[in-house]
Amino acid sequence: MTGQQTAPPALTGPAEETAAVPRFYRVASRREDTADTVTLELTGPAHPVEPVPAFAPGQFAMLTAFGVGEVPISVSGLGDSDGGRARRLEHTLRAVGAVTRALHAAPPGSLIGVRGPFGTGWDVASAAGRDIVIVAGGIGLAPLRPVVLSALADRSRYGRIVLLAGARTPGDLLYGDELERWRRDGVEVAVTVDRAGRGWRGQVGLVTALIEPAGLAPGNSVAFVCGPDIMMRFTADALAARGIPTSRIRVSLERNMRCGVGWCGHCQLGPLLVCRDGPVVSYDRAAALMRVREL
Amino acid sequence: MTGTVAARLSAQPFFAALTDSQREALAADGTTVTFAAGERLFDEGGVADMFWLIEQGGTALDMRVPGRGDQIVETLGPGTVLGWSWLHPPYRWQFGAVARLATTAIAFDAASVRRRCDADPAFGYAMLRAFTPVITERLQATRLRLLDLYAAPSQLSRAGTGPVNA
Repeated sequence: MTGQQTAPPALTGPAEETAAVPRFYRVASRREDTADTVTLELTGPAHPVEPVPAFAPGQFAMLTAFGVGEVPISVSGLGDSDGGRARRLEHTLRAVGAVTRALHAAPPGSLIGVRGPFGTGWDVASAAGRDIVIVAGGIGLAPLRPVVLSALADRSRYGRIVLLAGARTPGDLLYGDELERWRRDGVEVAVTVDRAGRGWRGQVGLVTALIEPAGLAPGNSVAFVCGPDIMMRFTADALAARGIPTSRIRVSLERNMRCGVGWCGHCQLGPLLVCRDGPVVSYDRAAALMRVREL
Repeated sequence: MTGTVAARLSAQPFFAALTDSQREALAADGTTVTFAAGERLFDEGGVADMFWLIEQGGTALDMRVPGRGDQIVETLGPGTVLGWSWLHPPYRWQFGAVARLATTAIAFDAASVRRRCDADPAFGYAMLRAFTPVITERLQATRLRLLDLYAAPSQLSRAGTGPVNA
C-alpha cells in the first residue's frame, strides 16, 4: 500500500449510473416453483427513470430486499429488453437465507431493488451450428433456463438441444410444466433425481448418468453446466472424457459477489473476479481453480 | 433385437475391453430375454446366478425398507449392465431389481462365465477391466449423492452466496 488515493477502476459491466445504485422494480407476479423456490417477474421503473440495461442469459443482478440486504441472483428468463433496457426481468430464487427469504416472500406489487446486469453470459449464439448440451443440477436449472429459451427462439441456428437435469427429489424439480413443453418443442429432456418418492416413474441417480445415454456428438457440441461446484466439476469432467473440448464446456461459478463490478474483491477466485470475469467461465480456465481448496 | 449375441456385444462400449474371441466366448453364455414393465428380475438376498446387459427399456435397483416399501436406489438404462453380485462370494443379490419399462436384455449365465474366468485368466482379466470402471463410476456417483449436493443450506448448515439463485 502506498497510501495514495486511487480512483475505482473503470466500469466494465453496467452503465455507471446503475452499478452501485439500485433501481426500483415492482414484483409483477410470483410463481411458486417448489416448496422453497419462487420465480419473480419484475417490471422496471417508468419514465423518467430508466430501467437497468438489458441482461444476457447467464448474467446476474444484485437484488435488494429493502431493510434486509442484497444478494446476487441470475436471470432465469429472457424478460423484455425493449430499447436495450430490462423492462421486465425474471428471477428464480430459493429461500435459504435472510435476504432470499425476504425476496421469496415478496408479494406482487411490492418493490425490490435491482442492480446490474453483471458478469459474463453464456454466449448462446457462439453455439450456432452446433448441438447445445445443457446440464443442470438443482437450482442450477434457473440460470440455464434462458439458454433453452433463447435457443428455442432461434431454433434453426442450432442442432440438437439436449437438457439433462438432476434434482434432489421429484418435488424439487424446477419448471415441471415447461420441461414438458420443451419436450414437445423438440428439446431432448432427461431428468433424474437423487431420491425417488412413491409414484416417481423417472430415473434415479446422479445427473452424470444421463450423459452416456444422451448419445452426444462431442465434436459438435457446446455444453452449458450449472449447479453446485462439485456437480459441475464431475459433469464437466464426464463431458470432457467423452470428447467435448474443455474450451466448449461452460460453467457458472458460485462465489461471494458483493459489488458486482470488480471493485471489492469479495468474489476473487485466483486470477478471476467472478462478478466481472464470471460467473460464466469456460472449463479450460475454471477446472484448476475449482480444485484449489483455499479458493 | 436382431443379430447374434456376439454381434450385439461388439456394438456395446461396455465390452470394448474384450477381444473378438473373448466376446464370442462370452456370447456363448448369453441369451436374449425380455421383461414386461413391472416384472421383477430378482430379489435382495437371492442367488446371483445371472447378469444382464440392458439393450432396450430400463430397470431399477431397489431395496425393501420396513414401513416405506420398495425404495428405488438407482435406475439403469440401455447400454448398462445389471448385476455384479455374481462376481464374488457369497453370490447373493445385495439389492432387488425390477423392470420399469418393457425391457430387452442379454442375460448371461453367471456360473458359466465364472468358470470361463477361472479357466482363462486373460478372459477373466478382460471381464474385470470391463466391470471395474462401471463399479468405480457407480461408487463415485453414490458418494456424490451422499453429499446431498442439492440440499438447501439450511438442511446442511452451509452458506449460499453465489449467483446460482440460492
